[in-house]
Amino acid sequence: MTIGNNSISPPSQLIFEISKPGRRALSQMVSTQEAEAKALLNELPAALRREEKARLPEVSELQAVRHYTNLSRKNFSIDTNFYPLGSCTMKYNPRGAHRAAMNPGYLQRHPLRSQQVNQGLLKLLHELQDWIADLTGMQQTSLTPMAGAQGEFAGIAMIQAYHNARGDDARTEIIVPTAAHGTNPATAVMCGYKVREIPIEDSGDVDVEALKAAVGPQTAGLMLTNPSTCGVFERRIKEIAEIVHEAGGLLYYDGANMNAILGQARPGDMGFDVLHLNLHKTFATPHGGGGPGAGPVAVNAKLAPYLPGPVVEEKDGKYEWATPSDSIGRLSSFMGNVGVLIRAHYYAMTLGREGLTDAGALATLNANYLMARLEKEGFKVTFSGRRATHEFIISFQKETKQYKVNAMDFAKRLLDYGFHAPTTYFPLLIPECWLIEPTETEAKHELDRFVDVLIKIREEAINSPEVVKQAPHTLPVKRLDDVKAARELVLKADFEQIDAAKANQQ
Amino acid sequence: MSFTPHTEQDIQEMLATIGVSDISDLFDEIPASLKGFDLTIPNQQSEQASSIRAQALAEMDKPIANYIGAGAYEHYIPAAVWDIVGRGEFMTAYTPYQAEASQGTLQVIFEYQTMMTQLTGMDVSNASMYDGATALAEAVLMSVRAAKKARNIIVPKNLHPHYREVVRNLTHAQKIQLIEVDFTSEGTVDLSALKDIAADGLAALIISQPNFFGSLEDVDALTDWAHEQGALTIGVVNPTSLAVIKQPGQWGQAGADIVVGDGQPLGVPLSGGGPYFGFMCCTQKLVRQMPGRIIGQTVDLDGRTGYALTLQAREQHIRRSKATSNICTNQGLAVTAATIYMSILGAEGLEQVATQSMLNTRKLVNGLTETGVAQAFGSHFLYEVALKLPMSAEAFVTGMLEHGIDPGLPLSRYFADQTDVILVCATETKTQDHLDAFIAAATQVIAANGGK
Repeated sequence: MTIGNNSISPPSQLIFEISKPGRRALSQMVSTQEAEAKALLNELPAALRREEKARLPEVSELQAVRHYTNLSRKNFSIDTNFYPLGSCTMKYNPRGAHRAAMNPGYLQRHPLRSQQVNQGLLKLLHELQDWIADLTGMQQTSLTPMAGAQGEFAGIAMIQAYHNARGDDARTEIIVPTAAHGTNPATAVMCGYKVREIPIEDSGDVDVEALKAAVGPQTAGLMLTNPSTCGVFERRIKEIAEIVHEAGGLLYYDGANMNAILGQARPGDMGFDVLHLNLHKTFATPHGGGGPGAGPVAVNAKLAPYLPGPVVEEKDGKYEWATPSDSIGRLSSFMGNVGVLIRAHYYAMTLGREGLTDAGALATLNANYLMARLEKEGFKVTFSGRRATHEFIISFQKETKQYKVNAMDFAKRLLDYGFHAPTTYFPLLIPECWLIEPTETEAKHELDRFVDVLIKIREEAINSPEVVKQAPHTLPVKRLDDVKAARELVLKADFEQIDAAKANQQ
Repeated sequence: MSFTPHTEQDIQEMLATIGVSDISDLFDEIPASLKGFDLTIPNQQSEQASSIRAQALAEMDKPIANYIGAGAYEHYIPAAVWDIVGRGEFMTAYTPYQAEASQGTLQVIFEYQTMMTQLTGMDVSNASMYDGATALAEAVLMSVRAAKKARNIIVPKNLHPHYREVVRNLTHAQKIQLIEVDFTSEGTVDLSALKDIAADGLAALIISQPNFFGSLEDVDALTDWAHEQGALTIGVVNPTSLAVIKQPGQWGQAGADIVVGDGQPLGVPLSGGGPYFGFMCCTQKLVRQMPGRIIGQTVDLDGRTGYALTLQAREQHIRRSKATSNICTNQGLAVTAATIYMSILGAEGLEQVATQSMLNTRKLVNGLTETGVAQAFGSHFLYEVALKLPMSAEAFVTGMLEHGIDPGLPLSRYFADQTDVILVCATETKTQDHLDAFIAAATQVIAANGGK
């Protein structure tokens, strides 16, 4: 079963091609005193006014609705497809959470609404702060970071503020394992640190000897994802924490993989000082085609004074916005992605302690089952012999060599069978790899189908490699030319071309 | 209550395939000392129970008429917008890494990029940032990258105070000098205030149009001044207002270089503070310095048009510590809403939203004149204005809340000396009845305080 079959889906026009001068979505024209309102423009100095109208679409409401509904059908999504994108936790996004966030009582609430009439929302956010601290073994939470990368920024900025407040300001380095997400080193640099990378061992664990050699008076901190991006649990984590703390550094926990250990283990107990969670991963809020996310940060007592503001505090049964005493300050326009926070609150409230613990357990069961099945079918599991966490890595190095069909070819062919591809070529240090994360909301049957399809694609790679190398064949477009996209930058519609085409039709 | 499909039989079969007897065996690599804690989070409950609780929290506070703008604006959103945005195919997809399976999201963003360049009059747009304030911080970093050596940025004090704070907090580690300039009694930035600033080392001038007080700046003169100093101009704008006021691409002789703002007014609900989206546009010359996702047009193996993420070599997942930014997420869903909103309204609809809002705000100002309320600054405004009250602004807010009206934002929260000034905004969502109710309530509150 595939979507967007060419036979039923004509090549997409741009909305600008459907547009026709003078057409209006009349029911959406809001002005009741049009002449009087437009006359006000004449009171503005000519130099401040716009002379030429922007060329926005001129379409009817139905034309817009049909155009965008048809475009939506050209997407893979969790609602339509198994989407085992490693390190992204593409699990089911409950409709109940969506409905809670779309309550008009929240939608019409201005971010700067007077606090005495904003108590319901503040109470909700206060509860979520407490729940996040509970689940991570931390003391306090700030919900304001807009996404994981901003949570990372907040975390490293807090580490910096902590050292500076103690006059310990000669610490210039952040240590990051080679397998880390790209956001980790990019964040450290944004905070003004040098990045020192340390290798991982063949087992997937951090090379502790290399860490020992790397730490020193210049170490501000270590950024670590646990379970790691290799899909294994960092077994010597407590020793790692001791080494970094001994050197005077602090530990940052990248919560991208928290789904694997929900209710099983807590970063605070492992020795981490600060962390972020990706609510769009662990708390099942929708990814929305690339966002919005939310990246709350939680800290232990050491770092609590430095949390970014505003946070919600309770005083005598009243809730209010507050800024921690030595806060690293505000990191975004308002109070974080509140709509995402409402969804996460609903999710945590519905699953409760039992459901959240089950989620971690069954996500881990699904990954280990899928890994065991693929290994039995002869696919190369990179960290064989280790437990999978919520995800694991397979490598197509052998297939690439033998059949000249690489990991990307396998990924593209998978799309033809109606599965979104796993994360490809990450972590960067493992050649021709896939990072596969099935999540807890997929059924055994779906995982079995995935294995069957991979076996079939491997047969195709042997018998008719061109079919795989040129895949996909059944989607709205065939394989796209990325090089051309980057070399001949076309980043917006060409109106001259659109106008010429229309003139020719007449 | 988790959303898992496993039957007990499934679990047993899966464990057998793995070769373990219990799920807890799968966690045997986690040190025992880390296990066995108690969670305090409440017990699981049904969707029905959660929905009742969510509804109760939403309705804990009485409905209130909102007249606060200050960076987030209440506009009417056509029903079709979120009906389509709410389709699972948009909502539950991820970043379009697999372009062939994400043409819907990719084409929407390509159309969005086109619309934003039209609205701003700039050459290119990215796929969005977190919000207006973070987009500005990224623009500051971008201007410094483009300038190579210059690291000074002029930040007017009439820029939104939250934006000023975010710029400071996100760029402080990069050795950038932020030079604050005062506003005049008109609330605007005067060229004479800039004259004392040395052009040496100047990377960019930030211009907010309208500024935080709702006043319109002389953008032509400011843009030309910055360019004469060899610096870039960064415009911070409200997208709805660009239906009626000069687009930044036309500011001065050469136009602004980078343009950012919050996209919330374009079909995104207030929702207590987010999710909104930040937009960023710039000149062609600066495109490789731009942070964030960018979508480009290309062709497939058959020569058919398609869309893909492009210029990824700037980004963190490729460049790691040498990336233009650590940003990974964009605000895809909010951008989808904005794209549909702009399609349905068109330039004409957007102009009506802006002019009707202007009319409503003027009616409010005129209706309050008799109570002794006057414009705090003399300059031109659109649909947000700073009003000087014959009483403390905080006391005015408290009084108006009794009437079910959140009347605006007291400027004293940001400017200690402006104790009697309130920032008020009346958009097209307000009817004559609403405006009359505001004026009647304000008259009472001011009279109770001793009148003018």
